[in-house]
Amino acid sequence: MSAGVLTAKVPGRRGILPGFSLTMGLSVSYLGLIVLLPIAALLLKASGLSWHEFVVATTSPRALAAYEVTAVSALEAVAFNAVLGLLFSWVLARYDFPGRRLLDSVMDLPFAMPTAVAGVALTAAFAHNGVFGQFLEPLGIKIAHAQPGIAMAMAFTSLPFVVRTLQPVIEDLDLDGEEAARILGASELQVFLRVVLPVIAPALIAGVTLAFARCLGEFGAIIFIAGNRPFETEIAALLIYIRLEEYDYGAATAIATVVLAVAFLVMLATNALQAWQQRYLDKG
Amino acid sequence: MKKGVVFAAALGLSLAPLAVQAQPADILNVSYDIARELYAQLNPPFQAQWQKEGGQSVEVRQSHGGSSKQARSILEGLPADVVTFNQVTDVQALANRGLVRADWQQAFPNQASPYYSLPSFLVRKGNPKHIHNWDDLARADVRVVMPNPKTSGNARYTYLAAYAFALEKFGNDQEKAKDFVRKLLGNVPVFDTGGRGATTTFVERETGDVLVTFEAEVNGIRKEFGADKFESIVPPVSVLAEFPVAVVDKVVDKRDSRKVATAYLNYLWSPEAQDILARNYNRVRDAKVAEKYKAQFPEVRLYTVELFGGWSNIQKVHFAEGGILDQVFEKR
Amino acid sequence: MLAAMTVHHRSHRQGAGTARRVLIGLAVVAAAVVLGVPTGIVFAHAFGKGVEGWWKAVSAPEALHAIYLSLLTVAVVVPINAVYGLSVAWAVTKFRWQGKKWLVSLIEVPFSVSPIVAGVATLMVYGSSGLVGEWLMDHDIKVMFAVPGIILATLFVTSPFVAREVMPLMQLQGTDEEEAAQVLGAGGFRTFLRVTLPNVKWALFYGLILCAARSLGEFGAVSVVSGHIRGETNTLPLYIDLLYHDYDSSGAFAAASVLTLLALVTVVLKAVVEGRRDAAHDDEALS
Repeated sequence: MSAGVLTAKVPGRRGILPGFSLTMGLSVSYLGLIVLLPIAALLLKASGLSWHEFVVATTSPRALAAYEVTAVSALEAVAFNAVLGLLFSWVLARYDFPGRRLLDSVMDLPFAMPTAVAGVALTAAFAHNGVFGQFLEPLGIKIAHAQPGIAMAMAFTSLPFVVRTLQPVIEDLDLDGEEAARILGASELQVFLRVVLPVIAPALIAGVTLAFARCLGEFGAIIFIAGNRPFETEIAALLIYIRLEEYDYGAATAIATVVLAVAFLVMLATNALQAWQQRYLDKG
Repeated sequence: MKKGVVFAAALGLSLAPLAVQAQPADILNVSYDIARELYAQLNPPFQAQWQKEGGQSVEVRQSHGGSSKQARSILEGLPADVVTFNQVTDVQALANRGLVRADWQQAFPNQASPYYSLPSFLVRKGNPKHIHNWDDLARADVRVVMPNPKTSGNARYTYLAAYAFALEKFGNDQEKAKDFVRKLLGNVPVFDTGGRGATTTFVERETGDVLVTFEAEVNGIRKEFGADKFESIVPPVSVLAEFPVAVVDKVVDKRDSRKVATAYLNYLWSPEAQDILARNYNRVRDAKVAEKYKAQFPEVRLYTVELFGGWSNIQKVHFAEGGILDQVFEKR
Repeated sequence: MLAAMTVHHRSHRQGAGTARRVLIGLAVVAAAVVLGVPTGIVFAHAFGKGVEGWWKAVSAPEALHAIYLSLLTVAVVVPINAVYGLSVAWAVTKFRWQGKKWLVSLIEVPFSVSPIVAGVATLMVYGSSGLVGEWLMDHDIKVMFAVPGIILATLFVTSPFVAREVMPLMQLQGTDEEEAAQVLGAGGFRTFLRVTLPNVKWALFYGLILCAARSLGEFGAVSVVSGHIRGETNTLPLYIDLLYHDYDSSGAFAAASVLTLLALVTVVLKAVVEGRRDAAHDDEALS
């Protein structure tokens, strides 16, 4: 339907390639059926709530604290992943060394491992008797059953997003610009900051945004390592789970809607930024 | 149009293994998450008995998961012939929506609970913190591990037991009881979502001085982690935790499986089944079997939920949003 | 010959000595800490009862069924999402139109929906109190608490992966090559197969791998719609969860190790394909 409208509106200006109606139609119908229909059904359920009930469910002090814990941890996680993801994707795309394929392989483990297994394994590593915990806790660094544990679990489960979004772009980079900069006497760091980073920045931002969105929704890995104390280490997804356990679909959906709206806005902003940058580049 | 083809292909492919419609020669028992091995022991003798008595073979299919999640699945169409849960409220949720008859607790003996258990303590070897009763859990030097009462039925019983203990100790003073429970919950460093997570925290992460969980779980814990590292301390008073069972009327009427479903649940009260249940550290109703396993189960004075005016009242006063649990379960 | 060398990826993989060594070292150490240790813990637990115990756990009929069901889900979900992802990427990157950013953002929505919520949302459509639940019941079509439900929930969760991987690269490559092919008289589908697909094949491959990995590992959404019937609707992650809760953690981790190994299979596949490509390129360069 929307495809038809768009076709009628801007004929000819889209370009000469065929298949717009087909691919657009297919995409929109599939998206509608598999993703948007369930979400609409869910929101319909939540609409049983009055505005007042919605506000009460979503703005209780406990819910606000949960949003804060979730958002702060997600930001920490993606900051960590931006650096680590850049390192991994750069090394994988640029250098050849023994074990590169193995390194490449293990990048996807966080997705394949069920989140609960990841959670148990991370807790085992960071608990005070774990591989890392036994060294960190005497230094006063508490990760398991504390807020940093949440960030750690989020970082683990969302790492592939950053790596796999950056990697194809770095592999596809045109080397001429870098060569030219080197010939002109730029240092490796300068080449990276001035020539490479601006080109891969959109992919980096895209990867980080996806990772952030994923962090907001993550549940399985976090509940094992978090501690789950209200106001301290209770995440929004746990609060949703609690409401579901209480057969309170309305409140559960209301909180889920808030999280979803935030994630959607962040992604929309990123995509808008990229569209703007694209136009800017096209003009220039 | 295309989407239709793709979707149909997906459905067709995945429907293939389900093409044969289930005959009433099988029943689906939807159960709680830590009962896998228990029912793996209970089902074969029942099947043998059913075969012998009626000359028909029956297969008991099992589904295990968190009790509330299981109840929600049944509400959304999971065709359970019988439920064997560990929370009365989850069967009640089915009754409220008409899937189970309203007087389901009268359909079987003992309020439809063939076995029971109670919140009990597991401490480290030698009981270094000398934990014997509920007031020890509220001491400032004790770290308590229990799951989240918001997500675990197990922990709700623990909360109720502590509250009942405090009411008695402070002569029914609600405020003092609240204060007691607040202190106890303040001693909990980690609220895992379920009993199993709490066990891992206590045993493998070596966190806390005492694990509060169902006495029946001691079996699993010993099996998994060995009996020599821990001691089981059964407090002198606790709360009776029921494991309710019910026939799901709406499903058995549709599938014509009421007879076998009812027989299956009745079987749980047979001496044979009671013996299996007791072997798995559940307290049982059959007097003879209970006598046989007496050494395994120390004497405990048990409060029942009736002390709190029944489950619907408990939900309203204690566990609902803004209830007493929320009031005491606050920032440290 | 020289031209072939410069477009060849391997030529990228070089670099100045010190920076190269430091970065590789850092990456290896970081991977060992962040990814290696948790994986090591899983395998250590998995073999907690020895190789025999591991084998007993993973060869149990129920475990085998769970493995089968997980693989079936991947086999259905990945191709569907590949078609969808390529179609979305074509529509979004090869044409100019208003509202693109909205569509792109909507495509990414499943990433930010908590998996449990995704499962509940699926229930709201196909469950007995859902939008089409009654109709399905009347016609005796089982969707929820059966294999179709598991597939639908997995499709929801993994739908953005291929699109998300392919889009940036297609965007970067523009439309010049395709337009040239058009001018030379190639049909639309032929252009896509011969020009676009080769250009994005590695991004597509990453998308497929991520999609497969995520389908294998998905727990939250599937757990809501599966019904957890032993030997029937338990996928591998659900089976792991069941064993763990029933105090069989060595069994649970053994099953988890299978999942990890399955995930590695896809990546080994990639290494093989890549190796073959490199060999082909080397031959080309030599001839």
